[in-house]
Amino acid sequence: MIDWSHTALTIVVILGGALTLAGLLIWVERRLLGIWQERYGPNRVGPGGLLQALADMIKMFTKEDWIPPFADKAVFVLTPAIVVITALMSFAVVPIAPGFVVADLNMGILFFLAMSSLAAYSVIIGGWASNSKFAFLGSLRAIAQLLSYEVFMGLSLMGAVLLAGSFNLSDIVEAQRHLWFVVPQFLGFLGFFMAGLAEAHRTPFDMPEAEAELVAGYHAEYSGMKFGMFFVGEYLSVIVLSAMIVILFFGGWHGPWLPPVVWFFLKTSGFIVLIFLIRATWPRVRFDQLLSFGWKVVMPLALINLLVTGGIVLARMGEGR
Amino acid sequence: MEILFYIAAAVTLLATVRVITHVHAVHALLYLVVALIALALIFYLLGAQFAAALEIIIYGGAIMVLFIFVVMLLGPLAVEQEKSWLTPGTWVGPNVLALVLLGEVGYLIAAGDHLPIDFMETRRKGVSIVLYGPYIIGVELASMLLLPGLIGAYHLGRRVPKESR
Repeated sequence: MIDWSHTALTIVVILGGALTLAGLLIWVERRLLGIWQERYGPNRVGPGGLLQALADMIKMFTKEDWIPPFADKAVFVLTPAIVVITALMSFAVVPIAPGFVVADLNMGILFFLAMSSLAAYSVIIGGWASNSKFAFLGSLRAIAQLLSYEVFMGLSLMGAVLLAGSFNLSDIVEAQRHLWFVVPQFLGFLGFFMAGLAEAHRTPFDMPEAEAELVAGYHAEYSGMKFGMFFVGEYLSVIVLSAMIVILFFGGWHGPWLPPVVWFFLKTSGFIVLIFLIRATWPRVRFDQLLSFGWKVVMPLALINLLVTGGIVLARMGEGR
Repeated sequence: MEILFYIAAAVTLLATVRVITHVHAVHALLYLVVALIALALIFYLLGAQFAAALEIIIYGGAIMVLFIFVVMLLGPLAVEQEKSWLTPGTWVGPNVLALVLLGEVGYLIAAGDHLPIDFMETRRKGVSIVLYGPYIIGVELASMLLLPGLIGAYHLGRRVPKESR
């Protein structure tokens, strides 16, 4: 039977935690970028600038919420919701500690992939509904990008699935008790990390919103809290991406001495900071570079990785017989 | 829990009707995405979790994105064209024929002793065993069918040397 009160409590904790963290990360990223660029970053509001995200939120709520007269109104309004909803839905299958998960689905990984493929609509439809050239170019780039990363995103995960023998994320974490999958699945890890960066539209793959060329790409026409939702959605998908990397390749909650939740939190934070560091140091690539690199290099590597992993798993099963 | 099925089925049907009747192509495709998600929910309710996930990942995600990609490029002119196509003259004929079929289905349901809707829970293992066991030739044939498409696409998309242009 489903324990409703336990589930409800988990949902509240995870949703509240994720949204607060997403707000906090905006400040963390600006502070870290500042430090890496030898300046302070936002340090005026609250202790160390901690309340900057709150101030930004108040600012965004009080701004004029403008819908361009040439936009496709219904779709334009609907779109920012998609990005936040799909990102928050992904948290449902993320196991933070043993038993600390909203829905321990049998097909957790597939659920995550389904949500990430639906999240792409927010960018594509948002750019189209804005009915402006810059936004439209942004969404065209998003589609080209989607076509290049989505295939090897799924493929690079399947090695970990094969080794664990399950689509269930808790089982996958449990299978890494002795050896993190990043060791046997290093190629898979690289492929998934790259696909994840492209999926979250983070540097070096943030071509759909390239501010130097496309103003702000697909969300150029969005203002006020609608823009805020795109913004928060991006940070939410950064958190989901880091959490998935930790679960699939870095042993999830496993670790010595400290309690599981702390380990999960530490590892996830590590990857979030790594993603920020990549933004601080890497230039943006051209999207034809991403396309050809994705199809000609990462995709074959992911296939070879899958083939070899499958062979090893089969051979091991033969020995066990 | 049957009510869940009927709600999902109603959503699927309504969304599909809107796909056909909507004159704006992108909006119609968005309804199609909704229909596919509702269909995935039906699969899930019938116990086919794996099919539900694939329905969203492959159809709801990848394939519909390609559709929308192409249709997005059509622009607003397409709306007028679509309106001119949706005259009663075009849709009355097929609808009458479909009504005949609907009548037959209604008769079958009314006449036959209660049709047993017995389904069994199909997990990914069961699907895979059947697909790569007795139906392996079908799978191979389907993959061969994809190969000509791939080669054709490669032929159309290949770069022509500058001299021969």
